[in-house]
Amino acid sequence: MPSFLTPDFGLLFWMLIAFLVVFGILAKFGFPIIINMVEERKKYIDESLQSAREANEKLANIKAESDAILMEAHQQQSQILKDATATRDKIIREAKDRATAEGNRILEDARQQIVAEREKALRANREEVANLSIQIASKVIAKNLQEDKQQVQYIDSLLNEMSIFNK
Amino acid sequence: MKRKSLYKSFLLLCLCTLMFFPIQARASEAEEQTEINVQELVMEHTSDSHEWHITTINGSHVSIPLPIIVYTSQGLQTFMSSRFHEGDGVYNGLYLNEDGKICEKDASGQEQKVWDFSITKNVLQLWIVVALLLVIFLYCARWYKNKRPEDEAPKGFVGFIEMFVMFVYNDIIKETIDEKHYRFFAPYLLTVFFFIFISNLIGLVPIFPGGANLTGNIAITFFLALCTMLLTNIFGNKHYWKDIFWPDVPWWLKAPIPILPVIELFGVFTKPFALMIRLFANIFGGHAVAISLTCVIFITCQMGLSKGAAISPISVLLMIFMDLLEVLVAFIQAFVFTMLSSVFIGLSHQGGEEH
Repeated sequence: MPSFLTPDFGLLFWMLIAFLVVFGILAKFGFPIIINMVEERKKYIDESLQSAREANEKLANIKAESDAILMEAHQQQSQILKDATATRDKIIREAKDRATAEGNRILEDARQQIVAEREKALRANREEVANLSIQIASKVIAKNLQEDKQQVQYIDSLLNEMSIFNK
Repeated sequence: MKRKSLYKSFLLLCLCTLMFFPIQARASEAEEQTEINVQELVMEHTSDSHEWHITTINGSHVSIPLPIIVYTSQGLQTFMSSRFHEGDGVYNGLYLNEDGKICEKDASGQEQKVWDFSITKNVLQLWIVVALLLVIFLYCARWYKNKRPEDEAPKGFVGFIEMFVMFVYNDIIKETIDEKHYRFFAPYLLTVFFFIFISNLIGLVPIFPGGANLTGNIAITFFLALCTMLLTNIFGNKHYWKDIFWPDVPWWLKAPIPILPVIELFGVFTKPFALMIRLFANIFGGHAVAISLTCVIFITCQMGLSKGAAISPISVLLMIFMDLLEVLVAFIQAFVFTMLSSVFIGLSHQGGEEH
């Protein structure tokens, strides 16, 4: 058999030692560290992806929620606005009604007062007229009246002077 | 694809040698000392030796002497291999025979082998590979020491090694061994992969720190295949052994003559044997082809400058091609050895559920 086909005992012996040494060291301090680190990194990346996905979902939920809240707020706002408008209209209407009523009442009062005043005035005038008439009569009597016609004219002029009857 | 190109380059090589060997034979008669013996050169470069040959200048060898550790009939002896080149090549009754092995003569003058634990070229190369492996992986492991999983993934060299480790781990080990056991076998298979890969690559470096034919040595591949065989059979489960001795086949195939059990039992040994031979033959062959192609340059140049100038560029191109191919082969053989080891180990852990 050619020499290169027969395993050398010495080389086999050294190979045993060398391989066991390199295997022992690398199996303890080499490969497991690299593999563990890569697997942990993989786990970390997977977890990060998972949590990112969850966060995205949460974010989407939050967005939907905020949209809903916003929508509700909008509705409430419009409701409040509507209510406010209605209230305002009501208040205005009521105020108007009250004002109208009050105005009417005041007008009525004023009218009544006017009527009362006029009556009072008329009453006062009547006295005055009577006084005047007496004065006039006394003047008429005092003046020597010749004619009936002249008398009437005179009375008329006298009456014209008394402004109260011009109205 | 790979086999085809290998085949083509072999064919070209054969053509070259066939064309020039008759002329070479005639030329060698004229210049006896400078004759190039391709076979001898190939054997010298591919086999183990007690010194690390670097170059030959004007007929004198420049080489690194390596320590010899032998256990002989006179007990343990240690000395440098350069002692063999002093005087008549015999030191303390020890000498190197034609195969380069250390021998001694017993009382009757018979050649006797001795227990040889020398640091040979391959042993030194082996320790260089071990040192390289330790440096590479302990450096990478240290990088991770102060890192947490949240930190950035490594870049550059550490990232490259991490990618390589995870490729073997995910694509070979996890794929072939079930999830209960792959963690246990991963360090062994990773060590085997990187040991073979680095040994193959360093074997392609032609000068000192590399160039020894480590994985092309049968002792190395024998040891690796033995490890795989032991791991497969020691940790094999009940189902694995039942499949060997009592497979699910018609009864007349296993009793009274146990045809299939014998075949299966044979398979227990042939599988790792194939592993051993495949790696050895591929790397040995690669080295042999590379050296033969280098020899073509010198052979043709010996025959004349014009012939040498005409053939050498082709040879150089072929060598570059072969070296690139060998880089590919270095990876493929490491991959195949690890993959098959992993498959064998995985098969010995299969449960009985699929039957």
